[in-house]
Amino acid sequence: MRPLTEEETRVMFEKIAKYIGENLQLLVDRPDGTYCFRLHNDRVYYVSEKILKLAANISGDKLVSLGTCFGKFTKTHKFRLHVTALDYLAPYAKGFGVAAKSTQDCRKVDPMAIVVFHQADIGEYVRHEETLT
Amino acid sequence: MEGQSVEELLAKAERDEAEKLQRITVHKELELEFDLGNLLASDRNPPTGLRRAGATPEAELQALARDNTQLLINQLWQLPTERVEEALVARLPEPTTRLPREKPVPRPRPLTRWQQFARLKGIRPKKKTNLVWDEVSGQWRRRWGYQRARDDTKEWLIEVPGGADPLEDQFAKRIQAKKERVAKNELNRLRNLARAHKMQVPSAAGLHPTGHQSKEELGRAMQVAKVSTASVGRFQERLPKEKTPRGSGKKRKFQPLFGDFAAEKKSQLELLRVMNSKKPQLDVTRATNKQMREEDQEEAAKRRKMSQKSKRKGGRQGPGGKRKGAPPSQGGKRNRALGGRMNSGPPPLGGKRKGGQHRGGKRRK
Repeated sequence: MRPLTEEETRVMFEKIAKYIGENLQLLVDRPDGTYCFRLHNDRVYYVSEKILKLAANISGDKLVSLGTCFGKFTKTHKFRLHVTALDYLAPYAKGFGVAAKSTQDCRKVDPMAIVVFHQADIGEYVRHEETLT
Repeated sequence: MEGQSVEELLAKAERDEAEKLQRITVHKELELEFDLGNLLASDRNPPTGLRRAGATPEAELQALARDNTQLLINQLWQLPTERVEEALVARLPEPTTRLPREKPVPRPRPLTRWQQFARLKGIRPKKKTNLVWDEVSGQWRRRWGYQRARDDTKEWLIEVPGGADPLEDQFAKRIQAKKERVAKNELNRLRNLARAHKMQVPSAAGLHPTGHQSKEELGRAMQVAKVSTASVGRFQERLPKEKTPRGSGKKRKFQPLFGDFAAEKKSQLELLRVMNSKKPQLDVTRATNKQMREEDQEEAAKRRKMSQKSKRKGGRQGPGGKRKGAPPSQGGKRNRALGGRMNSGPPPLGGKRKGGQHRGGKRRK
């Protein structure tokens, strides 16, 4: 278990900022406690200082998880966000999804074209079974 | 009645006395040997009573112990006593029995470097007097140590020597030299100590070929030799079946687990601020590398043009001369470019963060 390096922090923030934008600083700097990101076995955990102090007493090979897992770093050091981060990202979420066309194209395109990709995890169609047709 | 009771009392007292004496006096065929300094009593009487007891000698053993202890206590009561802080204390004599060693015999220490040298050369310590006559103070002073005879750091007047800088502090120089000598002595003493205790001394121990080196020493010597080239081992070939050495890179250092939380938060917020600001930050290292590459290309183009021109004119000196002249000017230009770029960029912290890692493309120092 160790804190993230500058490079890793930057990669992770860039990914998360795509979903919540500037509200990311509300995750970093919380009024109700000191929370921090820690890396354990390539996974990034968002954990409060209190829990971190307790987790430090468990040896690294026996520690499975701590706090909330936000995602993991892949072999090529890209950050993959996990659904377990949803609880923390949902309050600050912006917008629906990723734009499919550029701003200029959006104006010229026909009414039935796809403009936004709604990114979801694999379980969303199960969660929203009733609302989806 | 009273007389009877008095008689009875007296008789009782007598009986008590006799009992006490009986208890105190112990009859032994052979007298015990006492070493009162160690509170030791040695009984050399043959243990006939114990042999007669047979399987359960507890009662006889207890009686024997009581008797011998009684005799020891009797001896202790005969010692001279003194008063120490409201307690009556017997002063024990010196112990007479020699106790065996508690720890094993210390092994002989290895000779120090000086001792080895002296032994080799046959130098024996010259007998010197403890005190030396000191003219300056007019008294006998030590040869070395506190208030010694000739202490050059304590002189009140030092003439500036012929070739020295007039503004140099000669007193400070002498004090500095003394400190260096003391430090050197201390270092040698510690080295001798380490050699005596066979501690890990970081030295070039296995690097000199002696013929009896261990496998690890040879391996280390080989590694050091491989890295001791001008290119720091980059172009050294390996033997056909030699494997790459593992773990020869620098170990990465991470921040501690419970670092300063406030500092961590601050650096993360700063990173976010930089990310969110719409202006692209100037990456100083990338900018300088780009500039250097452009300049190198210009130089190469110029050289080619010159060489073509001089080939037409004739003479072998042209390309050679240009080749000789190029490197210093290149180096000079590089330095000037670096200076120019460095001043215009943002503070180095920001630049280093962005361009810290190797990211494609050549990176020149």
